Amino acid sequence: MTTTQLPSRRPAAPATGGTPTTTVRRKRPGRLREQLSGWGMIAPAAVLLLAFVFLPAILGFGLAFTNARLISPRPVEFVGMDNFARLFTDPTFWRALLNVSYFAVVVVPVQSALALAMALLINKKFRGVNFFRTIYFLPVVTSMVVVSLLWLFMYRKDGLINELLSTFSFGLIQGADWLNDPATAMPAIIALSIWQAAGFHMIIWLAGLQSISGELYEAAQLDGASRWHQFRYVTWPGLKHTRSLVLVTITIQALGLFDQVSVMTQGGPLDSTTTIIYEAVRSGFKQQETSYASAISLVFFVLVLLISAVQRYLTREKD
Amino acid sequence: MKNVLRLNSIGAMAVRILFAAVAAFPIVFMLVSSLKPDQQIFGDMSSVAAFLPIGNISLDNYTAVFDRVPAARFLINSVGVSAVTVVLGIFINSLCAFALSRMQVRGKRVVFTAILATLIVPFQTLALPLVWWVNQLPYFELNGFSLEISKGWLDTYQVQIIPFIANAFSIYLYHQYFESIPKELDEAARIDGAGWFKIYRQVVMPLAGPATATVAILTFLPAWNSYLWPLMVVQSEELRPVMIGIQYFFQLNVSWGEVMAYASLITVPVVVLFIAFQRSFINSIASSGVKG
Repeated sequence: MTTTQLPSRRPAAPATGGTPTTTVRRKRPGRLREQLSGWGMIAPAAVLLLAFVFLPAILGFGLAFTNARLISPRPVEFVGMDNFARLFTDPTFWRALLNVSYFAVVVVPVQSALALAMALLINKKFRGVNFFRTIYFLPVVTSMVVVSLLWLFMYRKDGLINELLSTFSFGLIQGADWLNDPATAMPAIIALSIWQAAGFHMIIWLAGLQSISGELYEAAQLDGASRWHQFRYVTWPGLKHTRSLVLVTITIQALGLFDQVSVMTQGGPLDSTTTIIYEAVRSGFKQQETSYASAISLVFFVLVLLISAVQRYLTREKD
Repeated sequence: MKNVLRLNSIGAMAVRILFAAVAAFPIVFMLVSSLKPDQQIFGDMSSVAAFLPIGNISLDNYTAVFDRVPAARFLINSVGVSAVTVVLGIFINSLCAFALSRMQVRGKRVVFTAILATLIVPFQTLALPLVWWVNQLPYFELNGFSLEISKGWLDTYQVQIIPFIANAFSIYLYHQYFESIPKELDEAARIDGAGWFKIYRQVVMPLAGPATATVAILTFLPAWNSYLWPLMVVQSEELRPVMIGIQYFFQLNVSWGEVMAYASLITVPVVVLFIAFQRSFINSIASSGVKG
């Protein structure tokens, strides 16, 4: 765009009649003004991000090595690695780490596959496409807190899920007391999480699908490629970048599991659904131990960073 | 061949309907149950009646909700907080993206990279230090003619708004969208003597409708749905948003009909808003992803 602009500007400069110095002089105040107004436009957002993202991030990093409490008359003191020493000997923390890994290992592949299937189903134009897009996206606009409450009700021993299971299996399956059994509590949370968030990742897949050129499919059809071959050799490679985006966002969201646990199980039964963030909020908010919670948050952040770096490395290697 | 194709599309449609049923059944169940007395909710559960508004239908649960919970106050709070966050968010983030994508500002690459880097920080890890930090911030209040300064933002409206105005993802979305608008338009406007702010306001923003719709929804949803943050920073009942109202139903003798009524009450406005904007929303997310 700038190259098309240059020729039109060049003839204009001599036409104003000046020697090169006048054009330079005419440009300078404009340049300076552009700098000033540019920074003026960037500043509000930049200052807010600085104050409410960068600063708390650095603060959290620092607080993790102190004994700070939310409201405390004592001065904040540096305590070194004490919080981390306590953290790594806390069995609840290890249990939380295990739970979150279990959650992520199931949710990441299942949810991304379902979201891709949904995106493929509504990618082409057909009658009612907007209806289906809206329905698929409906769980996403429903708040996770509302969803958790709703499913809490449906997961009861005498709830809708068990009634549906019983009806569809003609009475063969008698459902569990999902959220009160340590064996089924996490699977139950996994199911509702996938149900709620799949629609969001469907949109990202859809964006990727629509960026693949239709000519590629026409060429494949001319070569007599089957549906499966078209997917295998056109769609799948075409979704390379989308794939890593979806994987990274689902993984990070999975590690941050909190709302569902907070509303439905409070980490129970027997710590079977407690998560890293739930532990951080419990110690930081309920027990007011800001420093210990910051240490948990820091470990969590390192984990997120590590996993997204690994995922990025893996997806790059495949190219 | 044609028969195979038709079979294919019938099969695809069947799968689509199955997915739609799975996506919609809990929400339909919620809406329908909100109209029924508790006894009937449990009675209907074993049959298709669980999904149909039949039997003893009334709005009793809704009136009961307004008695049990200051629901009107919560709704007003949430509408206000979300609206202010959305409007300021649209303005500040688009302005920033405008300068970053269309102006020659020295150092803008570094700034843009730094902004995108904030995307990787999950909010949950920031929440606790942020609580500590906003509690240290000064609070200015104009009392008559004297300016009073007190410490701590806890338990205010601004603590629910200001930290969430600037958003890296909104800036990114606007940036991508602005890149697709020809820069010749700016040049033409400049030759006509327009300043940069005028170009932003009268040339670029009117063309960025789909991006604005997306940013509006993506700012509105977390603002309306926020739970963890107000739980931590807002104590007074009269300042609390709708999601916190759910806590009032965890007390003894919960009536599930009322729970479903309250849940419907705070869900339906979002769904209506979403349906109104859904076309431009889904399309613009889709197109932003292409370039991203």
